[in-house]
Amino acid sequence: MVAELTQLTAAQIAAAVASGEASAVEVTQAHLNRIVAVDPDVHAFLHVAGRQALAAAEDVDRRRAAGEPLGPLAGVPLALKDVLTTKDMPTTCGSKILQGWQPPYDATITERLRAAGVIILGKTNMDEFAMGSSTENSAYGPSHNPWDLSRVPGGSSGGSSAAVAAYEAPLGIGTDTGGSIRQPAAVCGIVGTKPTYGGSSRYGLVAFASSLDTPGPLARNVLDAALLHEVISGHDWRDSTSVDAPVPPVVAAARQGDVSGLRIGVVAEFSGEGYQAGVLARFNESVELLESLGAKVVEVSCPHFTYALPAYYLIAPSEASSNLARFDAMRYGLRVGDDGVASAEEVMSVTREVGFGAEVKRRIMLGTYALSSGYYDAYYGKAQQVRTLISRDFDAAFEQVDVLISPTTPTTAFPIGERADDPMAMYLADLCTIPSDLAGNAAISVPCGLAPEDGLPVGLQVMAPALADDRTYRVAAALETALQQRWGGPLLAQAKGLS
Amino acid sequence: MTTAELVPFDEALSRYEPVIGLETHVELGTTTKMFCGCLIEFGAPPNTAVCPVCLGLPGSLPVTNRAAIEYTIKIGLALNCSIATWCRFARKNYFYPDMPKDFQISQYDEPLCVDGYLEVTVEGQNFRIGIERVHLEEDTGKTLHVGGATGRIHGAEYSLVDYNRAGIPLVEVVTKPVTGTGSLAPLVARAYVTELRDLLQSLDVSDVRMEEGSLRSDVNTSLAPIGATEWGKRTETKNVNSLRSVERAVRFEIERQAALLDAGERVVQETRHFHEENGTTTPGRSKEEAQDYRYFPEPDLVPVAPPTEWVEQIRASLPELPVARRARLQAEWGFSEQEMTWLRNAGATDLVAETVAAGASPADARKWWLGELAMHANKDGVELSSLAVTPAQVARVADLVKAGTLNDKLARQVLEAVLAGEGSPDDIVAARGLAVVSDEGALTEAIDAAIAANPDIAAKIRDGKTAAAGALVGAVMKATRGQADATRARELILERLS
Repeated sequence: MVAELTQLTAAQIAAAVASGEASAVEVTQAHLNRIVAVDPDVHAFLHVAGRQALAAAEDVDRRRAAGEPLGPLAGVPLALKDVLTTKDMPTTCGSKILQGWQPPYDATITERLRAAGVIILGKTNMDEFAMGSSTENSAYGPSHNPWDLSRVPGGSSGGSSAAVAAYEAPLGIGTDTGGSIRQPAAVCGIVGTKPTYGGSSRYGLVAFASSLDTPGPLARNVLDAALLHEVISGHDWRDSTSVDAPVPPVVAAARQGDVSGLRIGVVAEFSGEGYQAGVLARFNESVELLESLGAKVVEVSCPHFTYALPAYYLIAPSEASSNLARFDAMRYGLRVGDDGVASAEEVMSVTREVGFGAEVKRRIMLGTYALSSGYYDAYYGKAQQVRTLISRDFDAAFEQVDVLISPTTPTTAFPIGERADDPMAMYLADLCTIPSDLAGNAAISVPCGLAPEDGLPVGLQVMAPALADDRTYRVAAALETALQQRWGGPLLAQAKGLS
Repeated sequence: MTTAELVPFDEALSRYEPVIGLETHVELGTTTKMFCGCLIEFGAPPNTAVCPVCLGLPGSLPVTNRAAIEYTIKIGLALNCSIATWCRFARKNYFYPDMPKDFQISQYDEPLCVDGYLEVTVEGQNFRIGIERVHLEEDTGKTLHVGGATGRIHGAEYSLVDYNRAGIPLVEVVTKPVTGTGSLAPLVARAYVTELRDLLQSLDVSDVRMEEGSLRSDVNTSLAPIGATEWGKRTETKNVNSLRSVERAVRFEIERQAALLDAGERVVQETRHFHEENGTTTPGRSKEEAQDYRYFPEPDLVPVAPPTEWVEQIRASLPELPVARRARLQAEWGFSEQEMTWLRNAGATDLVAETVAAGASPADARKWWLGELAMHANKDGVELSSLAVTPAQVARVADLVKAGTLNDKLARQVLEAVLAGEGSPDDIVAARGLAVVSDEGALTEAIDAAIAANPDIAAKIRDGKTAAAGALVGAVMKATRGQADATRARELILERLS
């Protein structure tokens, strides 16, 4: 049994733990063993917390033995992105400036995971401060795509995605600011959800862009993602942007998986030049499949989506330039140049010069410029107007259709190093995912096949209005079921990168 | 520039017209901080009243304190402002070690309260001071620069930061430019801050102690030639920590700027520091090197949209405001305008009111607070209200005098003992055996002894020079260690020598 534990879905593990068929400790140990075996190649984790994980697993086993009620994911291991605070593990955000920092408090998401009996295996790699689409911006080296170790796992939640795709954990937590959950999920061949903004708490999520950051689940199938979505969601008074509304019925929708009569809009703007042929081919097949399942598919134009990328690259860096100011060497984290002679300003400056990577500095400079007096209206102000127009495009579209779909990314996973020196090429990886972040609505990425030309996974994105997260699960589950019938099993079974 | 290069005040005002403006920061007296649940405790050990939020730890998020919004609306309403139906916080970005996030959550172009006024009276003239805005922000930590001569960051060996103050709600009240005050400008500035302080006190939203920094004013001053159509360049004087300093700062800036303008020089738009010890100002950082604060709407907080019903509820709950109250008290007490002003300037109005409520006559209450007690407060450099004596105790002392148990001299001793923490007035009278000697036997003995010891004075009195009796009364008081009833002693002396 133990050898297969890492192959199980989260739902299966939870059932096995609940029934006593497997103990949480056995499950946790199996995943820790898997990490030891494959993570030297994948480099999904920055910190593995074996001792804490086993202690948490023992606690779940003890509670079960005592007859205490267990949550739907009790005993299921999880890979936590290193951007969420944990009081018993370091939190570095993939940055040198926070090397060794151990927060004195747990993020709300961390708290909820622990309370649900989910076993946190450790903290996963990411682009520094979640800025990037490949994990190459991590100060601790890139993660590798389990499908092809020479390629990126996407980013910024590339560590969590790679861990889930490499069977190091059945579940992962990522954060999405411009596509940082959906894009790595797509290129790793797994499921990733960006919940409605405010649907999952940001308290304890080290901010990149406050008005966009959204934590969400990563899993190998739609139901597992929905189960995790429910565990982490719901109002949190400590985050004033948290939505005070019932959690959408995502698990029921994932189980329902029915699209008959559903109106699905294909975003006209996300096609054509710049899109890999194999990506479009798989996407188009999926559209036909959805139609054959009874959905009414129409093409919908969202004209302002074209401006989403530039607007995003003004808003997100502007907020980041302010959010990252606190890393000033005064209270925690790295301090460089404090020789007793240098002034506080000099120490701040030297520390930030040494502690931040190139992409972080680039965005701090972009944002500082965009907010400067005399430029604010032309850049930050204008970008906010574009943001409003994009929301209106969504509103108009959702009057005609229930959900919108598009490829999650224009291309499959690219080779490590290919775009590292070309920020603009890197930014294009988030072309299709950014509009949902700017509008704050719900979106999911679900695997829809392999691109014929490179044999790498392609993701399909489903977008729904804010607080209609259940619709994204409904479509994703229906597609997943139909595609798996065609493939004869999960897509990941075809991955050849890892034995 | 030295203090010698000043134009005498009256001369300056004969050529120039001043425009003043005040920005006043008030620490609100809410139970908890602006954006977290930390208790606000004055004098807590450094860095103990802190949490991840007010320390700005990575990942932490602010949540707006409803009470702080309510207090600010109260202030806005009392200042006749319009209350925004929708407004936002903004981030003011700059690097400084006492700012945990290296930005301050403040308000920028969308303040909570706008466009009000406060009326003050100076030398019988009424001035309506326009209020531009009242907004809410968080306070910073406190930096202590150790080593070096000035206590400023430059020259310090090292600096310590206490974040207990970080995140305490701070209201900023900004006036519109105040024109037409002429030579009364310094007094108008002072009267405004006094009136604002009293108003805030009556609203019970702050302890408004200037010495402790819970109310701090920045004073803007500019001069233009009389009749000019444009205002001059203004300076912003910081570190003005008392009512008297507000007045002095304006006065000094007028004298200094007049000298510059007379010499054909230009006033530099800059921040200046006020020096309590000599009443001068010196340049701080000039606006030329001013920071670009890169304000933008705070994305971690939802907009504030106070419902109209709530605002009206707050309006209905406003207490009697100082102007109305003072008029009422003046009528009740029968004091003159001048007497009321003295009380206000000393911060004694409430204390007198409470003392009267405790049974003292208004005249007695005023006498003790503005006399003996004001002297003590002055000597110790503290506010009257922070003296270790309660209005009820003062009323009791006045009562003991009225009953003849104490005379004024003994009453002063009792008050001193109360201030020294020796107990209640009655305890002290009992413990020290302080009471006017009313036993005529003892008194007669002392008088006879005094007459016998001073035959020449006695002779004068016998000759009708009754004023000389004072010397004998003095001797009697000395012999009885002050416990004699001086009036009675005088009566008896005159009786014997008539």
